[in-house]
Amino acid sequence: MYDVLIIGAGIIGTSIARELSKYNLKVCVLEKDNDVANGTTKANSAIIHAGYDAKNGTLKARLNVLGNKMFDELCRDLDVPFKRIGSLVLAFDDNDVNTLHKLYDNGIKNGVKDLYILSKEEVINIEPNVNKTVKAALYAKTAGIIGPFEMAIALAENAYENGVEFRLNSEVIDIKKEDVYVVYTKNEKFKARYVVNCAGLYADKINDMVSKNRFKIIPRRGEYYLLDKSVKLVNHIIFQCPTKLGKGVLITPTVHGNTLIGPNAEDLEDKEAINTTREGLRFVLDTAKKSVEDIPVGMSITNFAGLRARTELDDFIIKEAEDSKGFINVAGIESPGLSAAPAIALYVLDILKSSGLEFVRKNNFKNKRKGIIKFSDLSFEEKNELIKKDSRYGRIICRCEEITEGEIVDAIKRPLGATTLDGIKRRVRAGMGRCQGGFCSPRVMEILSRELKVKMEDIIKDHEGSYILTGPTKKEVD
Amino acid sequence: MQYDLVVVGGGPAGLAAAIEAKENGVEKILLIERDRELGGILQQCIHNGFGLHIFKQQLTGPEYAERFINILKEKNIEYITNTMVIDITDKKEVYILNEKLGYKKINAKAVILAMGCRERTRGAISIPGFRPSGIFTAGTAQRFLNIEGYMVGKKVVILGSGDIGLIMARRLTLEGAKVLAVVEIMPYSTGLTRNIVQCLKDFNIPLLFEHTVIDIKGKSRVEGVVVAKVDENKNPIKGTEIYYECDTLLLSVGLIPENELSKKAGVIIDKRTSGPFVTESMETNIEGIFACGNVVHVHDLVDYVTLEAKRAGKAAAKYINGTLKRDGIKVVTINGRGIRYVVPQIINVNNSNEVTLFFRVDNIYKDCKLEVRLNEKVIKSIKKNKVTPGEMETVNIDFSKLDVKQDDKLFVEVKE
Repeated sequence: MYDVLIIGAGIIGTSIARELSKYNLKVCVLEKDNDVANGTTKANSAIIHAGYDAKNGTLKARLNVLGNKMFDELCRDLDVPFKRIGSLVLAFDDNDVNTLHKLYDNGIKNGVKDLYILSKEEVINIEPNVNKTVKAALYAKTAGIIGPFEMAIALAENAYENGVEFRLNSEVIDIKKEDVYVVYTKNEKFKARYVVNCAGLYADKINDMVSKNRFKIIPRRGEYYLLDKSVKLVNHIIFQCPTKLGKGVLITPTVHGNTLIGPNAEDLEDKEAINTTREGLRFVLDTAKKSVEDIPVGMSITNFAGLRARTELDDFIIKEAEDSKGFINVAGIESPGLSAAPAIALYVLDILKSSGLEFVRKNNFKNKRKGIIKFSDLSFEEKNELIKKDSRYGRIICRCEEITEGEIVDAIKRPLGATTLDGIKRRVRAGMGRCQGGFCSPRVMEILSRELKVKMEDIIKDHEGSYILTGPTKKEVD
Repeated sequence: MQYDLVVVGGGPAGLAAAIEAKENGVEKILLIERDRELGGILQQCIHNGFGLHIFKQQLTGPEYAERFINILKEKNIEYITNTMVIDITDKKEVYILNEKLGYKKINAKAVILAMGCRERTRGAISIPGFRPSGIFTAGTAQRFLNIEGYMVGKKVVILGSGDIGLIMARRLTLEGAKVLAVVEIMPYSTGLTRNIVQCLKDFNIPLLFEHTVIDIKGKSRVEGVVVAKVDENKNPIKGTEIYYECDTLLLSVGLIPENELSKKAGVIIDKRTSGPFVTESMETNIEGIFACGNVVHVHDLVDYVTLEAKRAGKAAAKYINGTLKRDGIKVVTINGRGIRYVVPQIINVNNSNEVTLFFRVDNIYKDCKLEVRLNEKVIKSIKKNKVTPGEMETVNIDFSKLDVKQDDKLFVEVKE
């Protein structure tokens, strides 16, 4: 029997798991997919918002501002890439300038520090590539960029190290309330006193298994361009003025030095529709050109789409179900969900506390997680020392991102390690570069096959059924 | 570590350049290869057709490579495999990494860049749709089949009619897969005519010109692709969609010279070729750094790579022994009407009387002339029944018979 069962190992589930792992509690995370961070967490803008945008008084506003402040320490402890590069909202006409002032005022009310309205000259001075028709901008110094799946993976690893159990490939198919909750997956059942629903796009389905108070998750798709590292367009996160559909198309450097452009916003029915579309990509590009006219689209290395899990409410749904004590929904976590995640975890702990869960601090909690060594970041001497200890660091597998065999083996061997090509990609970036795995995927598969002792044909790209090879070629005939 | 010459890349270009340098008196040469073995992409090109120009023979890729690897070994030219060049500076310091040596700096008097090219990916051309497994660049699929020994799919659509795509259409068919179609967005093929005949026509594989893939279906593995005809602006025409049920999409949509290292050394890249600006000696803008093969411009035949690499090897030898001339009259080549690019871009007439120009046309032209002009004066005019962008053209220019002055311009043009 578990004290707390968390459903979903995205950024929210892993944030809560890690927070709970500080206490003497028996906690388990159930994830339907074969890896953590494999849903909305892996396909979004990767921004830690300052918090001026969400309407004052909402949970979104409060938890965004609170969460934003927590990232420096968290990322230091968990060895996750994070940079506070600041964001700009560009204004192109008087209406926009008005909006900037409204955002500024809202930000001040929300408690956002370091907000400034910049003049045209000031904007162009710090962002020489933006469209010269810019009139002014709202500068939020505290906004940042992060690796969202690196963050969730790090949180999961650290939670695991502190005793949280993780069950992958464990889709919840039913929940029954007896004296405690009984949560069913295809092959197992789990008993728990508390259930926390962090199922992202499927949070409505999970809620429906327990509560009569229904809500509907509406998948809102956003499509993106990712440009080659050699392209340097902007130094800050560049927004346009927000519209009804959200914060609009942004242009930003990523924490790894690429340029990310997107997203559009399209409400759909299909919770798996992570396909890009011709129209969507064109819209993204055309809209982005308003911010930066000259976008070298030929330097695109990939496109992707993600689904935001929104509800019709204009706020997160984070509360205990009124008709089912001990069942806590953490749903509708659309933007600024990533920014708010650490604060959401604390908030959920408060809910659990007031619902009667007793919290006793562990005295052996390990707050630090050692990340995978980034070989290319090491000094000349450090590189040689490491290769002397383990020669696999002397073998580059991914040429574009300069990832060594040592790093890939580490990604497989560590707790909750990678078992798929994309799992490797998310942990160490092999295949993330300009050739998109053309050169390294055969090598990475070979390493996966060797370390996991599975056949090459059984290595998959990502989800179940995403096989890469169909069998051996014809054998020589005597 | 100190070498006279470091050659980066052990494919056909690097091999020929190293051998030529040795034959021209360079003693201490190091050839560096990132893969497990020498030979580069030739090792996965198990079909024949290599060496027709140089050896007057039909060799397979590995056979062609072997000839050069054997000479390299006979001449005791030092080489290391499984070694990555991480950085090159304009002072010709080469930083390498491998399991045995670790991370090391090598000082070289001259460097030859021969890193070849990479394939354009789905992301570079933004094909919409899902991102399942089963989408391969043609070269990666070729590696899986011919080196690793695995099949990549059973029902295949190939986008792009580049040579590797055409070769793979035949290869996959021979391995028992069904190639449903080769789809080409242009009104002509970017591959060799002989490959269209031998790899598609002989196997009844349809080739659809002015068509492209507009959607990819399948959430885990490819389940199908939607192909549509395109208009003159390359936009898909509504109502022309064809759905192919397939498990694999192969991409043969172009090759890009791999110049990330060159740029680190300060080498300037020509946008027309995506390779370095080079002289008649295959020297880049950085003195003592030479380049040859597909890193300079994408070749159609390996034979031409070898010829170009020999030029680079010989010139590097001259540079090392101090006989490569810096002064002298320099002529600039210019791609005129109908020509996409010309290599070399700069010719120092003092270094070589006879220079071969490599170039490609930008479209199909029939019954035309390829004309070379020195400023206004036509110095060469070659009649052609047909020229296509898929096939590289060459012209030899003998400067000893020409009266050239500093900054004269050499135009190459198509005359219809």
